[in-house]
Amino acid sequence: MVLALSLALFAAGCKKKQPVVAAPPPPPPPKVEPQKPAAPAIASFEAEPVTIERGQAATLRWNVSGETTDVRIEPAIGSVNASGSRQVFPGNTTTYTLTASGPGGNASGTATVNVTTPTPPPPPPPAKPKRTISEILSQDVQDAYFDYDKSNIREDARTALSRDSDVLKKLFTDNPGLSVVVEGHADERGSAEYNLGLADRRATASKEFLVELGVGSDRLKPVSYGKERPQCTDSNEQCWQMNRRAHFSAGQ
Amino acid sequence: MKRKLLVPGIFFLAPFLTMVALLIAQDRIVIELVGKGGKGAMAVPDFRGSGEAQQFMPVFNSTLWGELDGSGLFRMVPKTLYPLNAPQRPEDWLPEESRPVTPRPGVRLRDWSGPPVSTTYLPIGYTAVQGGRFVLYAWFYNVTQPDITNAQVFGKVYNGTPDEAGARQVARDFAVDILQRFGATSLAGTKIIFVSTRTGSKEIWTMDYDGSNQKPVTSYHSISTTPAVSPDGTKVAFTSFIRNRPEILVHSLLTSRRLPFYNQQASMNATPFFTPDGNTMLFSSTAGGGYAQIYACSVDGRNLRRITNVAAVEVEPKVNPKNGTEVVFVSGRSGPQQIYKMNIEGTDIVRLTTGEGEASNPSWHPEGQHIAFAWTRGFEPGNFNIFIMDVASRRVDQLTHGAGRNENPTWAPDGKHIVFSSRRGGHTQLYSMLADGTQEKQLTTTGENTMPVWSK
Repeated sequence: MVLALSLALFAAGCKKKQPVVAAPPPPPPPKVEPQKPAAPAIASFEAEPVTIERGQAATLRWNVSGETTDVRIEPAIGSVNASGSRQVFPGNTTTYTLTASGPGGNASGTATVNVTTPTPPPPPPPAKPKRTISEILSQDVQDAYFDYDKSNIREDARTALSRDSDVLKKLFTDNPGLSVVVEGHADERGSAEYNLGLADRRATASKEFLVELGVGSDRLKPVSYGKERPQCTDSNEQCWQMNRRAHFSAGQ
Repeated sequence: MKRKLLVPGIFFLAPFLTMVALLIAQDRIVIELVGKGGKGAMAVPDFRGSGEAQQFMPVFNSTLWGELDGSGLFRMVPKTLYPLNAPQRPEDWLPEESRPVTPRPGVRLRDWSGPPVSTTYLPIGYTAVQGGRFVLYAWFYNVTQPDITNAQVFGKVYNGTPDEAGARQVARDFAVDILQRFGATSLAGTKIIFVSTRTGSKEIWTMDYDGSNQKPVTSYHSISTTPAVSPDGTKVAFTSFIRNRPEILVHSLLTSRRLPFYNQQASMNATPFFTPDGNTMLFSSTAGGGYAQIYACSVDGRNLRRITNVAAVEVEPKVNPKNGTEVVFVSGRSGPQQIYKMNIEGTDIVRLTTGEGEASNPSWHPEGQHIAFAWTRGFEPGNFNIFIMDVASRRVDQLTHGAGRNENPTWAPDGKHIVFSSRRGGHTQLYSMLADGTQEKQLTTTGENTMPVWSK
C-alpha cells in the first residue's frame, strides 16, 4: 500500500498537468469470520432401569442434539445414531460413556447400570441315587439259615430264598453279566476244616434251590467261608444261628 | 578216655534204650515214654562260670534244666535237696570211704545217690570264656555205680558264642548228648508251623520247637489256614482266601516264596497234605461237584484223581508216614464229623471213632501206629479234647480234660511230644506236652494261634 501510494504520488508528480486524481483502492472487504457451528450437546443419556439383576436387561436411551460426526457408546456398543435406545445385558455394574463428536466439538455423558448378583436359588434336591448292587443285595436279599451241622434248606430258608429268587432274577435282568457270590458260613463249634466243607455245602444247596426257582445257574458263585467270617462272635445259640447261613454278596 | 568211659555207660543204659513202646493196660493205651524201670531220677546242680562267663550262667542253667525236664524221660530232683558243694570236674570227686569235713558234702557219689537226693543221673561241669568263645567242660554220671570210673558216662567240651545265645546253645548241645544216651531224638532244630492272627489277619508263621524265634511265612492280609509241611520240611501248603474262595497255595519255607500250584475249578480246594514221598498231595475239593471230597494230585496241582465219592463232607486227609498207603480223614458220612480210615485208593473205608460227639484233626504218630486227634466225646459240641488212638485196636486215651477248647494235635518228630492249640482264658494259644499229657508248656502268647504242625 505504501508502495502503491508512492507509485501514485510518483505518477502524480510526473503527470502534474493531469487534473484527474486516481481513486484510492477500495478497502479490502471486511474479513469474514466463518460462522462457527454449535458443539453437539447430549440432551439425555440414561439407563432404565438403573439397577438390574445379573442376566436381566437394561435399556440405554440417549438423545444428542447439534451437528455430530460420530456418536459412540462404550464399552461394547460402538457407533450409534444420535438418538436411540439399546438393550444391554451387562454382567457386572457398568458405566457406559456416550461420546458425541461434531464439527463444533465433543460432548460426553455417562450412564451407569448397576448389576446385582441374585441370591442363588436353593440347589435342587439331590437326585435319588441309584442303589448299588451291594445295597440291593443287603437290603432286599435275605440270608438263608441252617440247623447245626446241616445243609438242608429249612422251611424258613425256603421262604427267604423264594423271595430272594424274584429279587435276583430282576437284578440279573437289569444287570447282564452280573454274578452274585453265595457265601456259606458256619458257627464256631465244629472244626475249622470240617466247617469249610459244611459251609460250602450250605452255599451250594442254596444255589441249587434258587436255580430250581429259575435263577441262572451261571450267575451264582458259591464260596465257602467256613467259620472264618462270623457276623457274631458270642458263644450262644442266638449267635451261632446267625452264623449258620448262606449270604449273598457282590462278586468282583 | 572216651572209649574207656563210654563202654560201661552204654552197658548200663541198655535196658532203657527201648523207650517208646505201646502198652495196652486195662482200657487205656499209653505211649510209653520211659523204660520199664520207670523214670530215672536226674539231679542238675547249677554250673558256675569263671570270670565273665558267670553272667551267662542263669540262662545256661535254666536251659539245661528245661531241656532235660522237657524230655519227660526223668524225674527231676528239686535243687533244694542238693549238697552244697557239687563237684565241678572229675578231680573233685573224693573216694567213697573219705570223710569230708563240710556238713553237706557233695564230693562222693553216695552224697548224690543216697537220700535226700537219691538221684541216678548227674551232670556236672563249669564254663569259661576262652579265645573269644564260651566254653563248657561237662561230664555226665550215673552216680549209682560203685566207683567214679564206672559212674562216668561221658565227658565232653562244648563251645559257643560268648553271649546268652551261645550259653543257651551250649546247654542244648550238652542236653542233646545226654538224651541220646537214652535213645531220645532231640527236638532241637525242629520247627513248628502254625497260624497266627497277631498281625490282624490269619497268616502262616514258623517258630522253633520251644516257642522261640517266631516269624511270619506269609503276609497276604487275607485268610491263610490249615498248613501242612512237606516231609523234607522245605514246603508248606495251606488253604488261602486271597482270591476270595478257599484255594490251596504252596510256599517254600526256605525262601518264603510262593511255588506254582494249579487249583481245580471248584468252589473249594482246601486242607492239603503231603504224602510221605513228598510227590503227591491229598486235599478236599468240590471239583467233581456236590460235597467236598478227598482228591489226590501232584504237588503242582496237576494229575487230579478222585479218591472218595459219597454225599457227605470229607476233609483233612492224612497219610500214614510209615507205609504211605493208609489214609485217615474226617467225614460226615454217618452224621456228625468222625474219623475214618481208608487206603489211598479210596477202598476199605472204616470208621475209627465210635460215632459219639464230633472228631477231627487226625495226626499220625511218626511210627504210623497211633493217631492223635480232637474229640468232643463226653462234652458239648465245640468242646474238643486231645485224644490218642492205637489204630489197630481202636483203643483211645484222653490227654486233656476240658481245659478250654483243645484242637489240632500233631506229633513231634521224636514221637513223644504233641503240640496243640487250646483256648483257655479267652485266647487260643499253642502248647506242647508229652504224649502222656504231662509237661504241658505254653509256646505262644500274642494273638490267636492255631493249627500247629511239627516239622523236621
